[in-house]
Amino acid sequence: MSKGKLGYFNPKKPMENRITDCGPQRYEQFLPPVIRKNYGKWVSHRILEPGLLMHVSETGDKVYTVRCGGARTMSVEHIREICDIADKHCGGYVRWTTRNNVEFITDSEEKAKALKKDLDARKFPAGSHKFPIGGTGFGITGIVHTQGWIHCHCPATDASGVVKSTADVLFEHFTDMKLPAKLRIALACCLNMCGAVHCSDIAILGYHRKPPIVDDKMIGGACEIPLVIAACPLYAIKPVTTPEGKKSVSVNYDKCMFCGNCYTMCAAMPLADSEGDCINILVGGKISNRITKPKFSKIVVAALPNNPPRWPEVTDTVKKIVDVYASDAKKYERIGDWTERIGWEKFFEKTGLPFTWHVIDDYRLAYDTLRTSTQFKFTEQAWAVSKTVGGI
Amino acid sequence: MGIPGQEHLWDKEVKGHRTYNDIRIFTDEQLKNYTEEELKNFKPKHDTPMLDELEKGPWPSFVSDIKREALHRKKLAQDDMMIPRDVADDLLGQVELSYVEKETHWKHGGIVGVLGYGGGVVGRYSDQQAKFPGVAHFHTYRINQPGGKFYTTDWLRGFCDICEYRGSGITNMHGSTGDMVILGTTSDQLEPIFFDLTHDLGVDIGGSGGNLRTPSDCLGKARCEFACFDTMDMCYDMTMTYQDELHRPAFPYKFKFKFDGCPNGCVASIARSDCAFIGTWKDDIRINQEAVKEYIAGKIPRNGGEMTGRDWGAFNIQEEVIERCPTQCMNWDGNKISINNGECTRCMHCIDVMPEALRVGADQGLSLLFGAKAPILEGARLATLVIPFMYAKSPYDNIKAVVRKAIDWWTEEGKNRERIGELINRVGLGTFLDVLGIPAMPQMVKEPRSNAYMFFKESEVPGGWKRDIKDYRKRHPA
Ligand code: SF4
Ligand code: SF4
Repeated sequence: MSKGKLGYFNPKKPMENRITDCGPQRYEQFLPPVIRKNYGKWVSHRILEPGLLMHVSETGDKVYTVRCGGARTMSVEHIREICDIADKHCGGYVRWTTRNNVEFITDSEEKAKALKKDLDARKFPAGSHKFPIGGTGFGITGIVHTQGWIHCHCPATDASGVVKSTADVLFEHFTDMKLPAKLRIALACCLNMCGAVHCSDIAILGYHRKPPIVDDKMIGGACEIPLVIAACPLYAIKPVTTPEGKKSVSVNYDKCMFCGNCYTMCAAMPLADSEGDCINILVGGKISNRITKPKFSKIVVAALPNNPPRWPEVTDTVKKIVDVYASDAKKYERIGDWTERIGWEKFFEKTGLPFTWHVIDDYRLAYDTLRTSTQFKFTEQAWAVSKTVGGI
Repeated sequence: MGIPGQEHLWDKEVKGHRTYNDIRIFTDEQLKNYTEEELKNFKPKHDTPMLDELEKGPWPSFVSDIKREALHRKKLAQDDMMIPRDVADDLLGQVELSYVEKETHWKHGGIVGVLGYGGGVVGRYSDQQAKFPGVAHFHTYRINQPGGKFYTTDWLRGFCDICEYRGSGITNMHGSTGDMVILGTTSDQLEPIFFDLTHDLGVDIGGSGGNLRTPSDCLGKARCEFACFDTMDMCYDMTMTYQDELHRPAFPYKFKFKFDGCPNGCVASIARSDCAFIGTWKDDIRINQEAVKEYIAGKIPRNGGEMTGRDWGAFNIQEEVIERCPTQCMNWDGNKISINNGECTRCMHCIDVMPEALRVGADQGLSLLFGAKAPILEGARLATLVIPFMYAKSPYDNIKAVVRKAIDWWTEEGKNRERIGELINRVGLGTFLDVLGIPAMPQMVKEPRSNAYMFFKESEVPGGWKRDIKDYRKRHPA
């Protein structure tokens, strides 16, 4: 490859030798030979033990895949170690899954077992696994997430740290397969949801709780004011002229839902705030069509403290939900299927999570989520309402 | 397609293929420039007591990993890197500050990129440049990942060298949309990186902004018996067909293609893509009755062995398969399983439970759904089923024609930052059907409307809408 500040690039003739629109590398060349040979010929699969998959082809060939977890923020030193392992055990081929797991593919069970041993032994000096084996079947797999404080301008919390803390607490479910069904966890550090967490069994969502601060000095130079006004879904932003005669905007605090659309359009309206920012927990979403239709995750806990470095309130809440689900759901029931069967009132009773007004939808189409039936189950939270009005 | 003549440049099965040694930047000595002992005793530039807490616990620690990169950089000569040596150290320092103050220290955006493209690079600057000069400029580079995220180590090592020589040496494998991400480089390195990527690695950068975002796929036929179309081939083909839209912003907002081989949906296309391609079949589920009996005899573990961590009792086909079938279209007579395939909605449950006995049908294609997205702006949406079945055979002209109509319409009609799902919602699915030139079908809805406020087209109403009040008054004096 090129060396020096400019490499192959010649600023005097920037278009010279420029290759554009070449797209990704052709994938065939990156497929291990056994995968190429059996492409489109697979007939079945089996997970032999946590983290070890076997796929069987109509040719009689079998491939053995060892899956291990990875932090998605990864140094090239770590990737080089992955390459060393792949060279040693897998003929120089390796792949990643859509959930940040690393997969090493071999053509024999012995090779796979040797590989597992090798992976197991590799740890960072401070003790965490470099390549924890698992992420298969009815357990949790890699927690997908966004950038957080490592690289994003609008997060309400960090991403990697909350995920690391959560994965530590749920580690036994990564390395084993003892849950009633798959459990998919995702984190987004703000409503932009680069991680599209809105259809996960459990979603962790950073949330701002203070309206934007308008930087009157900056806004005129940095932003198109009409675009800023149009960006707000709740029409909370109005044009104003400051006492100094500068064009700016004002925000109607009562209308603002802290979504940050205005900040996305305009750097002069930051929302982040160390006291205001918090974490919401959503549950019960899924993307698979299995048995029941794909569904959205629902907000069940609002405003947990944003508490680095290990976010204990968040990890405790997630662990509690997982524990109750694990002991109460029937086999093949995803969290959303389980809550639908037992009813949300029972979900709150069994988990002991408080039900607060925040989790009742009050945005457009809220009505769709209100109960218009006399079918309900009695729980303490129901008695509390009856008592308040002297009903009992 | 791609760089002509280079489709097999990195193919280890092909003689004379390119290797890491052909393009490497670092020597072996440079790569192995520290010992485990040194790493153990390494003191990074900044104290990071809070981040250090995240080195504990079993899950791989990104903090330990970044420290390792910091040490490696420290022991390289500054000449061996084109951006500050301290970048990994200063990243840790700045993130520690965020942990203390609970606010990010990255500034809002900044328009940077490579000539001729309007996406793929996201500008990022620190607001603590004096304290953490190494990350003063810390732009992200998105690189179009290969299909199924398969790699050879030769190619990956080349990627690592570019990342470290011209960037921070820290990546995302992978970003949420699917790209490989170089996390952190400076403005003057954007063009040199682009030249190295295209010339030496033969790979292009990904999408950002009002572009087609980098399409992504499940691994499909490469290693999954459920895949009903060749996800990797189609993803590659569509990516190449839409290169212009991927690199040069001409859309109201982002647009995503995702390719799922079956209704299990491993790339989440139904939740995460404006245009979701999901494999399906239209004939019968293939049954191996002998294997069914082996499941019942306990010789094959249920659900592909995915639930062996707990004792769920003996496999009960009646309870676990027949009664869990959402359409109640299966029967077990004690000897044979039968499926009324006309009633099956291809939910995958029975196949997931007994993958060695049941197989997806053989007459395969895909369903086309539109409009999924995260909350910004008008709320999160799942994709809506629009086309029930299409054969998906290269070069996919039938499918491309439909997609082209949808994208052209949205580009024309969509408001600034309006996703196609929001546009369909604003003007009605009926209008979208007209755009595609397809009739309505009950499969598009959960249920017919209960809201009685309806629209009709003038052309549908006998006599049209223009009427004369005089005629009316002849019949009905005022
Ligand atoms: S945060 Fe959202 S609701 Fe509040 S002013 Fe900005 S755009 Fe409007
Ligand atoms: S795929 Fe689903 S709907 Fe079809 S037979 Fe199997 S369980 Fe029933």
